[in-house]
Amino acid sequence: MNVLVCVKQIPDPNAPGKLDPQTKRLVREGVDLVLDPGDEHGVEAGLQLIEKDAGEVTVISMGPPKAVDAIRRALAMGANRGILITDPALENSDAISTARAIAAAIKGQSYDLIICGTESTDGSSGAMPAQLAELLGLPLLSFAKKLEVSQGKAVIDRQTDDGYDVVEAPLPAVVTVTGGINEARYPALRGIMQAKNKEVRQVGLSDVGLDGQAGKAALTQEVVDATPAEARKAGEVVEDKGEGAKRVADFLKALKVI
Amino acid sequence: MAGVWVFAETVDGVPKPVVLELLTKARALGDAAAIALGPGASKSAATLGQYGAQKVYIHEDPAFRDVLATPAVDLLARLVEKEQPDLVIFGMTYEGRDVASRLSARLGTALIANATDVTKRDGGWAIVSPMFGGSLLVTTVPKTKGPTLVLIRPKAVAAEPAGSAGAPDVQTLTDPVQTSKPVARVLRRETEKASGPKLEDATIIVSGGRGLGAPENFKMLDELAAELGAAVGASRAVVDAGWKPYSFQIGQTGKTVKPTVYIALGISGAMQHTVGMKGARTIIAINKDPEAPIFKLADLGVVGDVHKIVPQLIQEVRSRKGK
Ligand SMILES: Cc1cc2nc3c(=O)[nH]c(=O)nc-3n(C[C@H](O)[C@H](O)[C@H](O)COP(=O)(O)OP(=O)(O)OC[C@H]3O[C@@H](n4cnc5c(N)ncnc54)[C@H](O)[C@@H]3O)c2cc1C
Ligand SMILES: Nc1ncnc2c1ncn2[C@@H]1O[C@H](COP(=O)(O)O)[C@@H](O)[C@H]1O
Repeated sequence: MNVLVCVKQIPDPNAPGKLDPQTKRLVREGVDLVLDPGDEHGVEAGLQLIEKDAGEVTVISMGPPKAVDAIRRALAMGANRGILITDPALENSDAISTARAIAAAIKGQSYDLIICGTESTDGSSGAMPAQLAELLGLPLLSFAKKLEVSQGKAVIDRQTDDGYDVVEAPLPAVVTVTGGINEARYPALRGIMQAKNKEVRQVGLSDVGLDGQAGKAALTQEVVDATPAEARKAGEVVEDKGEGAKRVADFLKALKVI
Repeated sequence: MAGVWVFAETVDGVPKPVVLELLTKARALGDAAAIALGPGASKSAATLGQYGAQKVYIHEDPAFRDVLATPAVDLLARLVEKEQPDLVIFGMTYEGRDVASRLSARLGTALIANATDVTKRDGGWAIVSPMFGGSLLVTTVPKTKGPTLVLIRPKAVAAEPAGSAGAPDVQTLTDPVQTSKPVARVLRRETEKASGPKLEDATIIVSGGRGLGAPENFKMLDELAAELGAAVGASRAVVDAGWKPYSFQIGQTGKTVKPTVYIALGISGAMQHTVGMKGARTIIAINKDPEAPIFKLADLGVVGDVHKIVPQLIQEVRSRKGK
């Protein structure tokens, strides 16, 4: 069982995000960068599969050279090795470039399952995994809150608006996992030490034969404007001295909803 | 006029609410057409017409219901090549997201997600998407030839029937649906039943956060909701803790709601939560922390303990209803 987990490095989601007024892109400088917490669940899901059934987890990321830290974190959790696709030409790529780069980088490798997060915490478009599945001609099992693999098939509980669907696909397949699928493990000291010696292969666009087909040369869209949204105004705030419930009920009555 | 298509998700022949929102937008931008797929889809044609679809493409093969994304992508790719629409809009739903994303990779055209508005600009399109929990509005323009694909968030547009809609031109497609390549197939569907109105449709929502302290305390929310004819929602903290299923979650990674009244109980008001509910007409919050960010957007805020106030509120509502 060989599992590939796609992981993204993002600015710490607990720090407020900033856009560069010039490039209209996320500011990455001076902000702590972390492995996307959503992708920790992907790594965890991969590790659980190979713990049940022998195999290896490879993590793959596209990003600046610093993104190797996110890969190391996944290696510290227990993943076996990493691939970092990094190239100045990939700066400010669209989701489709990420999908193209990952598809090209894993060509010729054997894998049973590719695991992604349902959406990145910073961009939250959730487009990359389906684009990757399309480029590779693979089925996509999306929004998994439960994943089981046996006898050449993957079966998931797929989140829906009012419950879930049980969905099956033959391997190899792409799966996107939701935060609810598992509790991601915290890297142990031993894992952190071992991660330092694990292999992380770095590749550029020409290494994967994508010159001119991804990144800046292949932008599908451009951000032209970013403006602060109109904020809602605060109303009255009262302290409850025994009258709080009454105030709310009066308010509801005034709104004619009771 | 520009050709503007709407991916019209239907359930047993009934369009999902978001579809009517998308059509309302589409008809303002150009000649609107809808693509409705799956068993019973033809039953949706009249409604789609009422909301502005001049043309409705129907394909009733069960594969569109039972196989994820790929049959719809195959069909859309063929249709797009033949008819060359300028814009194809999808709801930012589970299905919409998968179909639009795959289609963008197939066609190599721009996909813009998380949108709340599309306007015309310089002979093309400008798409607005909120970022950072809705504090910033970002405008994106496509740079590719071929149709622009846009995923619009539910509740971003208010659905309104078209004034003078005639019956749409219905094109029933019967070309074979290929399912021989490896696909993701739905084996079974499970619904988690909730009583009362659906969150998306409710006029009043009573929503609980971690401040409720324990899952069993949601009982008082159920009681209050029953008195008000409200739906019950939850913050992600509550869903992550397993107190409520994900279908209750409101916010960036949950549902977007626009009720007349939203009552937030023991919810701090994190940006990722408020992005899903700040479109409510009126917001009421009860929180014991006077500094809780939810008070910055509440029309009425009460600083106090939910365990004390909610049971009293149930009594107050009962007594006012009795009068
Ligand atoms: C990428 C991403 C996506 C996210 N998506 C979502 C999303 O879709 N929806 C969502 O909700 N969150 C989302 N979150 C999480 C969000 O940031 C918050 O963590 C979450 O909304 C907090 O939930 P809460 O308000 O219930 O809990 P807390 O933040 O813990 O707040 C609990 C509140 O209850 C109050 N309280 C405690 N006891 C009482 C009492 N007895 N009486 C009255 N008040 C009391 C406290 O003062 C506090 O304000 C997301 C986060 C990230 C990073
Ligand atoms: N730059 C990247 N490198 C590796 N994986 C990525 C990258 N961007 C997105 N992904 C994967 O795709 C998922 C969805 O991201 P997105 O489409 O950006 O919302 C993430 O959770 C990752 O698993």
